[in-house]
Amino acid sequence: MESTQQHSITLERMVDLFETNRKVLSSNDTALLAGIRDKAFTLFGSLGFPHTRMEAWRNTDLKESLGLGYDYYFHPLPEADIQKVFRCNIPNLDTAIIGQLNGWYVSKDVPLMELGNGIIMGSLAEAKKKYPTLVEKYYNLSTNDVSDVFTAMNTAFEQDGVFIFVPQGVKSPKPVQLINVIHHQDNIFMQSRNLIVIGDNASLSLVHCDDSYNQQASFSNLVSEVFLGENAFLDHYKLQNLNNNSTLISASYFKLEAGANLESHYLSLNGGLIRNNIQVLFNGVHGNANIFGLYLMDRKQHIDNQVFVDHAFSDCTSNEIFKGVLDENARGVFNGHVLVRRNSTKTDARQTNKNILLTDTARINSQPFLEIYNDDVKCAHGSSTGQLDPEAMFYLRQRGISEESARMLLMFAFAEEIVGKIAIPQLRQRIEDMVKKRLQGELRICEQCVLHCSTPNHPLDFKIDLSKI
Amino acid sequence: MLLSIKNLHASINGKEILKGVNLEVNNGEIHAIMGPNGTGKSTLASVIAGRDVFETTSGEILYKGKNLQKLSIEERACEGIFLGFQYPVEIPGVSMTNFMRTAVNEIRKYKGLDALSGSEFIKLMEEKKKLVEITSNLTNRSVNEGFSGGEKKKNEIFQMAMLEPMLAILDETDSGLDIDALRIVANGVNKLRRPDNAFVVITHYQRLLDYIVPDFVHVLYEGKIVKSGGKELALELEDRGYDWIKKELGE
Repeated sequence: MESTQQHSITLERMVDLFETNRKVLSSNDTALLAGIRDKAFTLFGSLGFPHTRMEAWRNTDLKESLGLGYDYYFHPLPEADIQKVFRCNIPNLDTAIIGQLNGWYVSKDVPLMELGNGIIMGSLAEAKKKYPTLVEKYYNLSTNDVSDVFTAMNTAFEQDGVFIFVPQGVKSPKPVQLINVIHHQDNIFMQSRNLIVIGDNASLSLVHCDDSYNQQASFSNLVSEVFLGENAFLDHYKLQNLNNNSTLISASYFKLEAGANLESHYLSLNGGLIRNNIQVLFNGVHGNANIFGLYLMDRKQHIDNQVFVDHAFSDCTSNEIFKGVLDENARGVFNGHVLVRRNSTKTDARQTNKNILLTDTARINSQPFLEIYNDDVKCAHGSSTGQLDPEAMFYLRQRGISEESARMLLMFAFAEEIVGKIAIPQLRQRIEDMVKKRLQGELRICEQCVLHCSTPNHPLDFKIDLSKI
Repeated sequence: MLLSIKNLHASINGKEILKGVNLEVNNGEIHAIMGPNGTGKSTLASVIAGRDVFETTSGEILYKGKNLQKLSIEERACEGIFLGFQYPVEIPGVSMTNFMRTAVNEIRKYKGLDALSGSEFIKLMEEKKKLVEITSNLTNRSVNEGFSGGEKKKNEIFQMAMLEPMLAILDETDSGLDIDALRIVANGVNKLRRPDNAFVVITHYQRLLDYIVPDFVHVLYEGKIVKSGGKELALELEDRGYDWIKKELGE
């Protein structure tokens, strides 16, 4: 049996699916990888799905999401209308585009690209066959000791995803845009796995988009393992823009060797329920990680950012800034945890979460948390939640600016601290446009992936000109 | 008549601050309002501008013959009312250019005029900067963020020059300024003075009035204008303080 139809996600169903489809699940596995899968399945079975009585899930209730009926497939769906689905490119930005449809790598007959400079990009399933030693060296390294049910389930069930390998000393010449589109005529449950390895002194710029094509409900359970070698650099963008019936559980495990530098941007523009689980481990001295987040939520949308930074070595710096605007009945959760271990002297760790609540019914639970076992460190954390500054509103309106425009200016200014950190100019411009549209409430009317909105058929039009001149 | 305030009573959180203010301002006039701290000078300015934390309990404000209370804050601004803030607000992330361009064009839209193009706007901005002697580059700076006290006040005068109001109320624009900044602020007002507009200057000190010569000086005390006179009244207040006025009132 290769697919099952429209059942809710329960432990029983998943155990049954695993046992029935064990053979197809591990069809690309080496013996080592098959062993990892079995172990993860056992862990998954013992953990079970979370509930709100568990501390880590106290503010995020998945009952409704899990309770919907979803199709589950053990093989990729036909790649119909692929050109239509993947129009999501950023204008004037020269990227290497990798597509994923419902989590499966879109092959276009080339499942794995091997570029002249040694970079390998493509399907993880294919990489398992073609480069088993390379995959085995990294696969599950970060997730092996993790007792997270969704990560365990992903390891047990994943059949494909994206593999990117940048060899030692190679600087990827242009950004890689990884677009995962959910497109199915019925509700779908999908899991996919990415493995990204950046060698010593190598660098990569990666734009990772999660989009949905229609309004159909979906449940995505994504895991990315990202390895940065010594002095490696990754400029990473996670752009989330899914429909209101979607649930996205996205875990990223970053492991940084000595001197590695991570810039990561989590931009959550739309989605029914999004939970980002961001784990950063310093596995050597003098590493640096900047993790920025921006979320703009309304209606009954739910955003949950869980960020854990493990300062396991000395002389590393980390800076987290997460900012959100919550409107109507939206709900936000921020849980930041910085761990400074006993020997990690000269750690510099900062953590900030700022929220604007536009209504009395929007809510945020913010918990910045520093756990420090060394005295010779610089650490700071802060959290603020408020409304738009009434003094600033009065000031702007006294100059003739309408209440609506004044709100827009202030919200955009709030978001700009994060948007302004986007290093790729074309991407920054695009995100600025999307943030403006989002704040004006225009994105909700888009039936498709919003990246389509600024195609010539849907020109961007702003009532006030916020562009810099 | 440009502004006519009749028996204005206003309160905040149930506490009455203005207790029957009467004031008439004609086109082309400069009025100074003086008085001890906490007597309602800033409240009067805020109420004219339409700040909604204040409640007008009785009386009326007519501006160009229209009842102001029916207009929103931004409609009053578009009708030509400008408030120079005592404490200009810092707005990180909103550039001066965006701020002023949005304001200028929204006011133009209200008046049925086309928006200024980017180059027209930049030209206007450079012209007005020169007028108020601002040399620094405002373009990429956020509104009032990191501005010194003097820069903030000059920035208020710059905004006034950009928006060309009919009625400008300057709320202690002179406080905290050194003599050079004071001169620049006063010069700005004098250059912007026209036969058809008017200024209401709220101040504690006579020294501003050495540079901006008022047609009328009013003393606001305990929520009422208790004395009005010509510019010589300001000199007398500087000389004698407010006690003699309190005595005249029988306190």
